[in-house]
Amino acid sequence: MRIELRHIHKHFGKVHANNDISLMIESGGIQGILGENGAGKSTLMKILSGFIQADSGEILMDGKQIIISSPADAIRHGIGMLHQDPLDFPPMRVIDNFLIGQRGGIFPDRKAALRGLMEMQQKLDFSISPSAYVDMLTVGERQQLEIMRLLWLGARVLILDEPTTGISALQKDKLFATLKQLAKQGITILFVSHKLEDVEYLCEKIAVLRRGVLVGNVSPPYSTDELVEMMFGKVVSFGGRDPCLNNEELLTLENIGIEDDRLNIRDVNFSLCRGEVVGLAGMEGSGQRQFLRLLAGLLRPVAGKILLDGKDITGKPYHYFVKNGVSYMPAARLEEGLFPGLTLTDHFILAGEQKGFIIQRELARQQAQKKIEEFSIFGTPTSPVEALSGGNQQRTLLALQRPGLKILLLEHPTRGLDIESSLWVWEKLKERCRQGASIFFISSDLEEILQYSDRVLVFYGGKISQPLKAEETTTDQLGQLIGGKGW
Amino acid sequence: MDVTSPRIRFLFGFLAVFLALIFATIVLALTTDDPLGAYYNVLIGSFGSMTKLSDVLVAWVPLLLATSGLLVTFTAGLWNIGIEGQITLGAIFTTAVIKALQGSDLPPEMVIFLSILSGALGGALWASAVGWLKIYGGVNEIFGGLGMNFVATALTLWLIFGPWKRPGIGSMSGTEPFNSIYWLPQIGDLRISWWSLGIGIAGIVLIYLLLNGTYFGLRLSAVGKNGKAAYLMGLPTTRYLMMSFLICGAFAGLAGAVQVTGVYHRLIPSISSGYGFLGLLVGMLVNYQAVWAAPVALFFAALNIGSIQLPIVMKLDSALSGVLQGALVLFVLLMNGVRQRLLGKQ
Repeated sequence: MRIELRHIHKHFGKVHANNDISLMIESGGIQGILGENGAGKSTLMKILSGFIQADSGEILMDGKQIIISSPADAIRHGIGMLHQDPLDFPPMRVIDNFLIGQRGGIFPDRKAALRGLMEMQQKLDFSISPSAYVDMLTVGERQQLEIMRLLWLGARVLILDEPTTGISALQKDKLFATLKQLAKQGITILFVSHKLEDVEYLCEKIAVLRRGVLVGNVSPPYSTDELVEMMFGKVVSFGGRDPCLNNEELLTLENIGIEDDRLNIRDVNFSLCRGEVVGLAGMEGSGQRQFLRLLAGLLRPVAGKILLDGKDITGKPYHYFVKNGVSYMPAARLEEGLFPGLTLTDHFILAGEQKGFIIQRELARQQAQKKIEEFSIFGTPTSPVEALSGGNQQRTLLALQRPGLKILLLEHPTRGLDIESSLWVWEKLKERCRQGASIFFISSDLEEILQYSDRVLVFYGGKISQPLKAEETTTDQLGQLIGGKGW
Repeated sequence: MDVTSPRIRFLFGFLAVFLALIFATIVLALTTDDPLGAYYNVLIGSFGSMTKLSDVLVAWVPLLLATSGLLVTFTAGLWNIGIEGQITLGAIFTTAVIKALQGSDLPPEMVIFLSILSGALGGALWASAVGWLKIYGGVNEIFGGLGMNFVATALTLWLIFGPWKRPGIGSMSGTEPFNSIYWLPQIGDLRISWWSLGIGIAGIVLIYLLLNGTYFGLRLSAVGKNGKAAYLMGLPTTRYLMMSFLICGAFAGLAGAVQVTGVYHRLIPSISSGYGFLGLLVGMLVNYQAVWAAPVALFFAALNIGSIQLPIVMKLDSALSGVLQGALVLFVLLMNGVRQRLLGKQ
């Protein structure tokens, strides 16, 4: 089936997530969709699969315009999407998952479904037991199940969103073979990824998105450099780095191991000096977040030691880390950092020291007013925090940080902020560094990483690079490492 | 239109009350030719005489105590459905102390004081079980509370028909009434006591000050509004959750104690009289703000007492008060939803 997208626009508030995207995908082709986090690839795919609706634009299928207003609609038109986290029902059996989404009838026809499942397994050379529970399957097997389910529902177009995160190399080979086989049978495949090697290997065409705009749709032979530049834009250089205050060691990681259900990071050794800024680069889900949460005391290492000022703090509770001057600022400001429904004054009281039992309201209001001025927050002491803009929420979060912190852990400190606010935020952060604090921060903005870090750690598929000196690194090199090249 | 402004809020609240009245009137019109007469009778039945008024206050005090306690758990983001059981346990503890000390050398005032104190303790203990289940067992407080309510009811019945049964034979009318020296002193021949009124009013004032003026209240509200952020900020969230259960349980226990020492003077099977559940309604209706708790609880108590007239005078079922109370809460929540929707659309 040939899919054509014409002038797709989608706004989320002020963000123009898809800006006039037009793309033609031939029947039976494997089309790669490449871009960094937030480039708009997921948005575009969600529009195509009916999860969300475009603000304007047309979708044509074999030359006919179609309207997709829900995922059920999409599958009726033969479009099925395989999400990054499989949208299945883990406590249920494989065969029940296979049946879900089937239209019509009160009583599901298990026998027919079982026959269908077995036939398809034979054709695709899968071997999943129909009576197994889904939570016993590997992520790769769950993908296989999802693919079969969508095909059985009549999908002729398959969208795969970052399918190679979290599966083994063997399963990846198997997946690629399956996709090639399906393409030969005329199934159209859209392969969304940020991994250069995967798209280069698999796709017959690669569409690159950057900040909501389709930058190009290239055909092989691919040049990695060209793709990196398309993904991340022109290389821009900045100044503005403070030299490390001294070489005093503040934090040391010895043979740290981090594990969760997707990642297995081993043998991390790192030492941080006072006043240093370390940028954590990598695609979302590559382990930076886990690393940051480890440093915050929210995640315990499975191996190794964490030393702060020479003191072993491995395995201590989060509150101990807080007491010892570690502060964690989550990316989800309203969800994890602030209290919707409480005013700015309330926030400053909560973050401040307790004096007695009764709150001195008037005094608190004055102190809040002072903080509001100091941090140029656009709001009043009585403004509820959810009424502030993203930039002002970030300023508030910064203003809440206690004085005398040793380590600040920041997730996307300037995400969603305009340039002026970003500069301002970094001004405040550098002030902290001059006072002796060190910073780890995650960002998907390579320029930001290179501009403000002293050293950079790159994360890719559970591996952490050797620390790179930011002054000696270019966005190009960084982009390649993030995309999995040059390891 | 700014749908968060106080004026708009008030307008929507007013609209909700209006709609609830219309709904209740329609229900009434289906059963009687004279719906307005029914309202009149409820009014007369609740405020028509000093005796009636004092009966309303008798219902008001435990309802207000339950609501006060619930404001604390609501602030912490918890649904303390188990409050009924906590009231019951308060009543059981109170009864136990009076039974144990009656006839002793202690002055009766001392006995009453100790019994009320242990009532609060009993409620807090029962609530702490729900808290433990929630915090350390991962059992949602709604399920834990519901379970503990059943246990409390069973415990009451066992006591009334078992160890504490009346001489001769146990009956649904409860345990043997206490000697009147162990009653909270009443005002003249009215059923209400200055003491229970004092406890109720002091309770809500205390809760108002606690929630609106102290670090404890603000932190509790932070925990309730965003537990994750509170934890990341370094607040001991589990301790605050537990404290809120204990405080609410103590207030529920007080309500039970007042029921025993001030109203029934014995333990009866349905000693909580549903004031816990009604308190949940009041809490929702006042949007979890202590300021309005007292008047709204008074209104609910008046409805409960006033509607007793309906079967007597008009041969109508007294469940009308429940219909109106339920409708009020539903319409207020509905109007809140409508307001939020308008907010989201902007």
